[in-house]
Amino acid sequence: MAADQSKIRNFCIIAHIDHGKSTLADRIIEKTGLLTSREMQAQVLDNMELERERGITIKSQAVRTIYKARDGEEYQFNLIDTPGHVDFNYEVSRSLAACDGAVLVVDAAQGIEAQTMANVYLALDHDLEVFPVVNKIDLPSAEPQRVIDEIEDVIGIEAQDAPQISAKAGINIEEVLEQIVTKLPAPKGDPDAPLQALIFDSVYDSYKGVIVFCRVKEGTVKKGMKLRFMATGAEFETVEVGYFGAGQFIPCDELSAGMVGYLTASIKNVRDTRVGDTVTDGDNPCAAPLPGYKKVTSMVYCGLYPADGAKYNDLREALEKLQLNDASLQFEPETSVALGFGFRCGFLGLLHLEIIQERLEREYNLDLVTTAPGVVYKVHKTNGEIMELTNPSNLPDPSEIEYMEEPVVKAEIMVTTEFIGAIMGLCQERRGVYIGTEYMEDTRALLRYELPLNEIIYDFFDALKSRSRGYASFDYELKGYERSELVKLDILINKEAVDALSFIVHTDTAYERGRKMCEKLKEEIPRHLFEIPIQAAIGNRIIARETVKAMRKDVLAKCYGGDISRKRKLLEKQKEGKKRMRQVGNVEIPQKAFMSVLKLDDK
Amino acid sequence: MALELYVHIPFCIKKCGYCDFVSAPAGRGQQDAYMEALRWEICRRAENFRRRDGILEPESVVSVFFGGGTPSVAEASQIEKTMSCIRREFVVAEDAEITLEANPGTLTPEKLSCYRRAGINRLSIGLQSANDKELELLGRIHTFAEFKESYRLAREAGFKNINVDIMAALPGQTVESFTQGLWAVMGLSPAPEHISVYSLIIEEGTPFFSKYHRQAAAREAGGKDCSPLPSEEAERAMYEETGRFLETYGYGRYEISNYARPGFSCKHNIGYWTGIPYLGFGISAASYTGRKRFSNTPVMEEYLQAAGGADFKTIQKEEETVTKTRAMEEFMFLGLRMARGVSEKEFEKRFGRKMKDVYGEILKGMERKGLMGQRFSEREKGIFWYLTGRGIDVSNYVLAEFLL
Repeated sequence: MAADQSKIRNFCIIAHIDHGKSTLADRIIEKTGLLTSREMQAQVLDNMELERERGITIKSQAVRTIYKARDGEEYQFNLIDTPGHVDFNYEVSRSLAACDGAVLVVDAAQGIEAQTMANVYLALDHDLEVFPVVNKIDLPSAEPQRVIDEIEDVIGIEAQDAPQISAKAGINIEEVLEQIVTKLPAPKGDPDAPLQALIFDSVYDSYKGVIVFCRVKEGTVKKGMKLRFMATGAEFETVEVGYFGAGQFIPCDELSAGMVGYLTASIKNVRDTRVGDTVTDGDNPCAAPLPGYKKVTSMVYCGLYPADGAKYNDLREALEKLQLNDASLQFEPETSVALGFGFRCGFLGLLHLEIIQERLEREYNLDLVTTAPGVVYKVHKTNGEIMELTNPSNLPDPSEIEYMEEPVVKAEIMVTTEFIGAIMGLCQERRGVYIGTEYMEDTRALLRYELPLNEIIYDFFDALKSRSRGYASFDYELKGYERSELVKLDILINKEAVDALSFIVHTDTAYERGRKMCEKLKEEIPRHLFEIPIQAAIGNRIIARETVKAMRKDVLAKCYGGDISRKRKLLEKQKEGKKRMRQVGNVEIPQKAFMSVLKLDDK
Repeated sequence: MALELYVHIPFCIKKCGYCDFVSAPAGRGQQDAYMEALRWEICRRAENFRRRDGILEPESVVSVFFGGGTPSVAEASQIEKTMSCIRREFVVAEDAEITLEANPGTLTPEKLSCYRRAGINRLSIGLQSANDKELELLGRIHTFAEFKESYRLAREAGFKNINVDIMAALPGQTVESFTQGLWAVMGLSPAPEHISVYSLIIEEGTPFFSKYHRQAAAREAGGKDCSPLPSEEAERAMYEETGRFLETYGYGRYEISNYARPGFSCKHNIGYWTGIPYLGFGISAASYTGRKRFSNTPVMEEYLQAAGGADFKTIQKEEETVTKTRAMEEFMFLGLRMARGVSEKEFEKRFGRKMKDVYGEILKGMERKGLMGQRFSEREKGIFWYLTGRGIDVSNYVLAEFLL
């Protein structure tokens, strides 16, 4: 039974973080009657435990619901959830490409933010119809009319009849559903044309293999059909097609042009089903793939090591399992003198890194040591070779380096005018190049900067928040590579260079970083029986030094009958602490010291 | 087999600012109730002992220790009654060492003669400092003059074995002022047979903690020494000076914090460090049966409520089984507190394994670092391992290595 295209709405919800996207999605699912209130967990779409805790959506997901509109007709809604973080921009763009329209959620108190803008532009780039919704009208500080005017002025879309809702309190959700029907277009496409389906996500299932989430643009896909993945060239036979219930996969006979659903084909490797790729009929292929596919590249790298060296294989298995579901996670084995065997891992961004790290620790019960994250540098060698450097330890000798390049991003920072000075100061410190300012209204401005990526991967977001009392918002995209004066900073502990602590830094900030690093390590490294110098060096030149004084005393004066159990506990704690240390030469370094570079700006 | 007894008297006149023991001022009514409960516990445990082993005879009590708190705050007759109870329930050896802790200002000739009658033959007096300003700062209730008076009374009453507790590393103290205190104590006639010297430790939960821990933390972090507490260096210097000074007066350092004239080492405490079983009575008192370690509830109400009932086990907390491995660890980390160290022969006799087979690597490593040494004892015809002076300074670091 072919679906009536005019009764389908494929859409997504776009919003700045915390403006209520997931809550609205929940309400839509609830109001369309697919689930009862009792069945609703707080946020149905975010089904990973971690996602719920962090309050963000990591992987895009989709759900199909049925809505009986005021015109008496039943409409099929395919709501495609999009990740809410700049790390996952590419996935956002593919999710948008699977939609025909978007609901723009704006917080009635906060108004437009940097991500609101970025997401709207992204949606308009994909030719989506967008209608705005003003959320959180039940807040005491809500100013819906001001926000409506702002949407019209700043974004330039009609907003006077925008539903004024509270997703949390369930106010005016009906109006949103009606506007989805009336304002968003139905999909187009010819069910009889050669198959052309866009992959916007995939998950790995141990029984079914990779489950590919797709939007059929042209043609029809059914069971038994031979499939070809155009970017990778891989071919499979379709085992199952279906659509998305809430939290479950519901098989059906076919998916035709305009529909959103999934397919399985006994695919073992998620790498064969890259997000953005086009699936076509192996026997009757379409002329060209859908536009916009690109291979995602890792932006941030770091070393991940098991705290317990014996867990190396467990870590490898865990990374392999995570990679089944996350093609953007890269890793390869590496060894460090200080940390032993581990992996150099590539991520889309720092949040992606943190999520993977947390999942490894939580779901796989691994204790990890993480080295300082860095970006990918391009090293132009004197022999004409260009090397992509992901691990500072591999930096060639300075005599072999012609020059180096680092990645630079175009950043947009939305800020209230009173903090413009503070934020410009911050960008200046981070080697930002000022591009321009756009005033949104009297009180707010959009600052445009070009910033080296390695200056924003650590703690830029936190610094931004603290210097603007939480009011600044931030979005960026990669601009490209630029030549830069970079050096490798080595850390020597008791005169021995510790490879896992080396990092690449701009010449101008090397001294400052080196000094802070030494100070931080001095706090982290416990006293030993001897004095321990901690030095920061560029090549053979020492640029900073601190000293961990020798332990003078560590003695318990009293130990009588009642103290023995306590004494044992104290000694056990001491011994346990030692186990968690890494031996470098004569010095025992606590594992958390390796991560201390991350927190250099704590004041 | 030998057995030691500890009796906890959790009363004091006023809690000192640094004290983290289970003790508090209490009215006469509560004191009487507590002493009654104590005797109940003594009877119950002795009964249990007899039931378990059939006979009590071989368990000869070699020492009794009344600690606190300030046991001399309790009525002397209560102490006497408690001692009679112990003698009735256990077999106390002829030459048992029976110690009572006392604070200056709480001793009277009547009390002292009552103690003598009860068979108490050793007093441990908490002087802490010979400097009245320091005494006040510590929150002590007495002056140095009052201490001297109590000490004189004790000697008059016939006590021939007296320990004096002294504290080092007090706020504002210097090596010189500390040594002056030792001089003052040596001026007593006759001088005490035993001296214990402890560094002031700022324990969590004491008034001193809130007062000093911030300064201590600043010091730990390596900041400049803004606190009136002496530096680690000064504190170590006080320890070293104590050893040198007391040696010239004929005292030997037989444990990290304890000094004695020949024949006057504290038997009771040596028992703790050599693995002799002991039973502790009263709130928070710890016991070691040779197989298990446990301690009583620190809560007075709980203790009093249990008293009179049939089952004293309800007051026991934190039971820990001493496996052979743990016993070996304890043999090392407790034995090494003593100057004579640990005997290879004794280790093998007790555990059936050579110390070198279990700890060889560690012993060698510590010797190389200059933290431990070994000597041959002619008398025992065997090797003893001991902590060097530097080893004592960082003894936690050394002792932690002996956990298996």
